[in-house]
Amino acid sequence: MAGLWHRLGPIVTVVIAIFVLWYAGTLALNAPWAQDKAKRAGVELSFSELVADTMSQKKPKLPAPHQVGQEIWKTTGEMVVKGRAFSKRSLLFHSTVTLSSTLLGFALGTALGIALAVGIVYNRTMDMSVMPWVIASQTIPILAIAPMIIVVLNAVGISGLLPKAVISMYLSFFPVVVGMVKGLRSPDHMQLDQMKTWNATSGQEFWKLRLPSSMPYLFTSLKIAMAASLVGAIVGELPTGAVAGLGARLLAGSYYGQTIQIWSALITAAALAAALVGLIGLMQTVVLKRMGMVR
Amino acid sequence: MIWVIAGLAIWAIGWWSNVLLSRRPKTRATGLAVPAIFGITLILIWECMVRGLEISPVLLPPPSMIAARFGVSTGILWEDFVQTVIKGALSGYILGCGAAFLIAVLIDRFPFLQRGLLPVGNFVAALPIIGMAPILVMWFGFDWQSKAAVVVVMVFFPMLVNTVQGLQATDHMQRDLMRTYAASYGQTLLKLRLPAAMPFIFNGLKIATTLALIGAIVAEFFGSPIKGMGFRISTSVGQLALDLVWAEIVVAAVVGSAFYGGVALLEKAVTFWHPSQRG
Repeated sequence: MAGLWHRLGPIVTVVIAIFVLWYAGTLALNAPWAQDKAKRAGVELSFSELVADTMSQKKPKLPAPHQVGQEIWKTTGEMVVKGRAFSKRSLLFHSTVTLSSTLLGFALGTALGIALAVGIVYNRTMDMSVMPWVIASQTIPILAIAPMIIVVLNAVGISGLLPKAVISMYLSFFPVVVGMVKGLRSPDHMQLDQMKTWNATSGQEFWKLRLPSSMPYLFTSLKIAMAASLVGAIVGELPTGAVAGLGARLLAGSYYGQTIQIWSALITAAALAAALVGLIGLMQTVVLKRMGMVR
Repeated sequence: MIWVIAGLAIWAIGWWSNVLLSRRPKTRATGLAVPAIFGITLILIWECMVRGLEISPVLLPPPSMIAARFGVSTGILWEDFVQTVIKGALSGYILGCGAAFLIAVLIDRFPFLQRGLLPVGNFVAALPIIGMAPILVMWFGFDWQSKAAVVVVMVFFPMLVNTVQGLQATDHMQRDLMRTYAASYGQTLLKLRLPAAMPFIFNGLKIATTLALIGAIVAEFFGSPIKGMGFRISTSVGQLALDLVWAEIVVAAVVGSAFYGGVALLEKAVTFWHPSQRG
């Protein structure tokens, strides 16, 4: 019990501190508007009235956590209860839109990343010519050209899921390439020599030595790739005219000043990221344990 | 048709010369020449294919057209560069990394905070923080201050996590040695732990360079005065002036690489003792 407190206690304290700061920020940021309103109505606000007002404004500068919570419940749980789980107003609907392009982009990016890494490890020409460009490609702020990719692909007649997935793919292939190149090269000379003494073909060397020993590296990169892929999907939704998806909710919210809507989309995106990364972490634990690689 | 054949020929020549070069023992010259040939070949193939297959410049302008546009509109590009990179990204980068560094040193003194903030920081670093952009634009207005704020939020957590990890990178023997010298906390920090943390700190700084540019540009999609790279990209896409968009991308790519390269050079100078730099 003491051990659990030792580990979780500080985290719980920090989380509580964040909520306290959030409420304090709500009070500070929303107070001017509340005062302004009271002045025009010609009433003097007591402190408790002021607090009550700052916590329940319709378009606050910073919505209070419980307002965001209510909005999220209203657009997810309540919708499910009403049997309209996937109506256009439901965050579940928008989350699945974002989730599908995230996952497609992630799958494409991982496949491309692993293919490039295998090429780089086995082909000297590719190692020397492609690797520097892979690194250089990431210093380019790719998210900036997201609108162009979407518009151009739309003009060619490709619309919907794929353009967004392309952006996610571009963001997620890099960590996979770097991690897998490191991982595939992680067996040391002794192990490679051992494979040689056993007269292993290069195929056997790949499947039985290099690939298994790259697994820890792969999972670490997959976590980064997944987070990046979600960011790509959200930004990819911005220029499509705010039709559907969490990014569209963000944009629509910022057009109409619906701060509560922005925050609820943001929190949902955060929860989605946490769930996806956590899922890969779980897979990592299970797979590495079965392979006998967990310390 | 002649352009397509030329493109294929250039591809063959580039590929063949790279294979030849990479078979030779690796020197500095071949290390630079091979990726350079690869890049130039790609650009030439792009030019030939766009001309040969008669792809509309509205979809994909050829490199020569982008270069011409770049030459004509240096004024606009410079204005956007100052607005987005110097005012937005750079000021946010310095503020964010500086604040994260100071807070990391503070956290390091209190193990309780360390155990609490590090997991939370790691969690936040994986979140789509770019989504904060519309909120910050609302709070700080349309001009560069809101862009700098987005950059601060984006670079803060990766930098914090890396610095805290770096400050823990010394081992017991080294810290015990400082103790036997009767070194104070400040001396240990300055002479042992900060230098030992430098590889981690620079890792954070390098990650932050790309994030800073992305943050500054994407934040402009949510509202901006009528200048800035993000603004120009989103409006030019609307006007189908893709050559200008590509010119902005060239600027972004050059700035991004230069920024990253500058930090990497600094790293080389500061952490010359680290195994990864001696090789």
